[in-house]
Amino acid sequence: MSAPTSTELPIGREYKEGFHDDLKVVKSVPKGLSHDVVDYMCDVKGEPDWMRQFRHRSLDLFMKQGLPAWLPGLRDEFNYDEFTYYVSPVDKPARRWEDVPAEIRRTYDKLGIAKEEQKLLGGLGAQIDSEMAYHNIQESLAKKGIVFLSCDEGLKQYPDIFRAHFAKCIPPEDNKFAALNSAFWSGGSFVYIPKGVKCDVPLSVYFRINAEQFGQFERTLIICEDDSFCHYVEGCSAPIYTTNSLHAAVVEIYVKERARCRYTTIQNWSTDVYNLVTKRSFISAKGVMEWVDGNLGSKRTVKYPSCYMIGEGAHGEVLSLASADKGMWQDAGAKLVFLAPNCSGRINSKSISGHGGRSSYRGLVQVAKNATGCRAQVNCDALILDPQSRSDTYPTMEIDGDLATVEHEATVSSVSDEQLFYLTSRGIKEEDATSMIVNGFIEPIVKELPMEFAVEINRLIGLQMEGSVG
Amino acid sequence: MTDKFEIVDLHARIEERELLKGLTLTVRKGEVHAIMGPNGSGKSTLANAIMGNPKYTVTQGQILLKGEDILPLSTDERARKGLFLAFQYPCEVPGVRTANFLKLACNARAGKELDTMEFYDKLQQKMKVLDIEEKFVRRYLNEGFSGGEKKRNEILQMLMLEPEFAVLDETDSGLDIDALRIVCEGVNKLRGPDIGILIITHYERMLRYITPDYVHILLEGRIVKSGGPELAAHLEQYGYDWITKDK
Repeated sequence: MSAPTSTELPIGREYKEGFHDDLKVVKSVPKGLSHDVVDYMCDVKGEPDWMRQFRHRSLDLFMKQGLPAWLPGLRDEFNYDEFTYYVSPVDKPARRWEDVPAEIRRTYDKLGIAKEEQKLLGGLGAQIDSEMAYHNIQESLAKKGIVFLSCDEGLKQYPDIFRAHFAKCIPPEDNKFAALNSAFWSGGSFVYIPKGVKCDVPLSVYFRINAEQFGQFERTLIICEDDSFCHYVEGCSAPIYTTNSLHAAVVEIYVKERARCRYTTIQNWSTDVYNLVTKRSFISAKGVMEWVDGNLGSKRTVKYPSCYMIGEGAHGEVLSLASADKGMWQDAGAKLVFLAPNCSGRINSKSISGHGGRSSYRGLVQVAKNATGCRAQVNCDALILDPQSRSDTYPTMEIDGDLATVEHEATVSSVSDEQLFYLTSRGIKEEDATSMIVNGFIEPIVKELPMEFAVEINRLIGLQMEGSVG
Repeated sequence: MTDKFEIVDLHARIEERELLKGLTLTVRKGEVHAIMGPNGSGKSTLANAIMGNPKYTVTQGQILLKGEDILPLSTDERARKGLFLAFQYPCEVPGVRTANFLKLACNARAGKELDTMEFYDKLQQKMKVLDIEEKFVRRYLNEGFSGGEKKRNEILQMLMLEPEFAVLDETDSGLDIDALRIVCEGVNKLRGPDIGILIITHYERMLRYITPDYVHILLEGRIVKSGGPELAAHLEQYGYDWITKDK
């Protein structure tokens, strides 16, 4: 067992990823959004006509659509024309790390995405700005028929599977940011796990924004066929500029019958980044979807990973961890939508607000009329570290189905003087004691994070993984 | 001079209420003192003031640990200098495993990173003394512990941290007779020339297992009577009224 010797707060830490590198830009477009940018992207990517039409239609939808009425702020915070919608410092993704341009490799070295860590992974993707600089999968996994490609390559190499699933879970009509992503999507992953295949090592992708006033719109499509399993892990970071950047991803996941998918996010954007993401999964009969969603950075996050239980006996689970430090507003949460009988779902949300940060839990539990015998459990706990910080809870329940059991529990707490006195009376310094209490608060979620990422996750979120005695 | 823990003319208050009104006491290493007093006599204030709970304000007097005035020191600094308080109401810290907490506390006390194997050997040995199950230290600190488990955990921490001076604040409260015996045996194991112990209690029953060298009676923020172990027995028989009348 390893006991932590000192702990570091996820609040009030130094942002070590805030540097930027002068990378040679291979491809880019002028600032602002336009149909010309869409055409340029389709041309350089060599996309089929249906995708070109889809992108143009999505841009029109984006222009027409307003922001959701319930979403506070964002209306006058930035102008969409101040961003650049496509920037690429690479020509195409490398299959070998050595083939990644040296200057980009240096960026990843600085971020600690070291070569050694890749050995623990089944596959690694590294996106910088609009394109994947590197994307590779272990030979043994590829032999099982597992596909792990950049989303653009997925479209090229598996056009039928791609088209059958793309935008079916999250259509561009869904919301303004999904429409924006649909118009300008670039990069992200395409994952296909064949029937009965278990991908026993995680597939991981790291997203980096390097360009200034830039919009990153990765698109990820994961298809887990019947009885399969996969674990996908994403991390991200960006430089600190004096201007804003935009990150609007769309992640669509299909968990087919009796399959299981776990999607882990360690979001660590700089406080320049507006992180407006739509993530959703369709879960077929007896399938299991687990979102582990850690939001530790960004200026503003708007993200509610969703589980749509579409087959009988499906199970959806969201573990959400939000840490709102100075200058951050984490509007995070989850959605459970029950569309079939005898399904179950669980949301476990923990948020920490400190140094004037703000976190909101926004959740939806919806049970359709025919979805009888479903069970939903929602726990959301907020920890507020000082009087300048704020936490809000916005739970929504729409229950039409019979025999539904819905439990909702919410707590708000602060680091109590009694706890601090108790811990310091054992010789532990006050800042370490605070850190212990905070880490203890999020421990139920941290223990769900994959141990093989311990080093990387420790570095990213400043947490010490706790082992067990023995 | 160096082996004493001295409280000199201590006045302390919580909010506007003065609860200690000139308490003076010296505990030498190797000694066990018991302070007995009825509710509201200032027992908890004394424990909290010694450990530096920020809710309590010392308005006058001194607390000297081996000759050094510790009042300017923070709680954690006092602990690292070898002072220990076993809490009357140990608080729960969810998500923090007891073993991890103990390791951090022991590292802090030692001023260095302790060898993990040595730490666990010692921990297991001390757990045996207190009849504590293996899985106990894997649980979150005091969370869901029974009253008896919490008190055992306090004594476990004391045995692990090996303080030079320890204050036991109503450790007997909430303990059944078996747990009381085990906890007291644990304290007796630690008792010796290297530690001074101050037991704060309402009742005499803990002192049946740990025979103190001195007994002091606290009333209205002052020590009004001091004596040997016989004083505790006398108090048990006649109650605190006897003292008030005597006064």
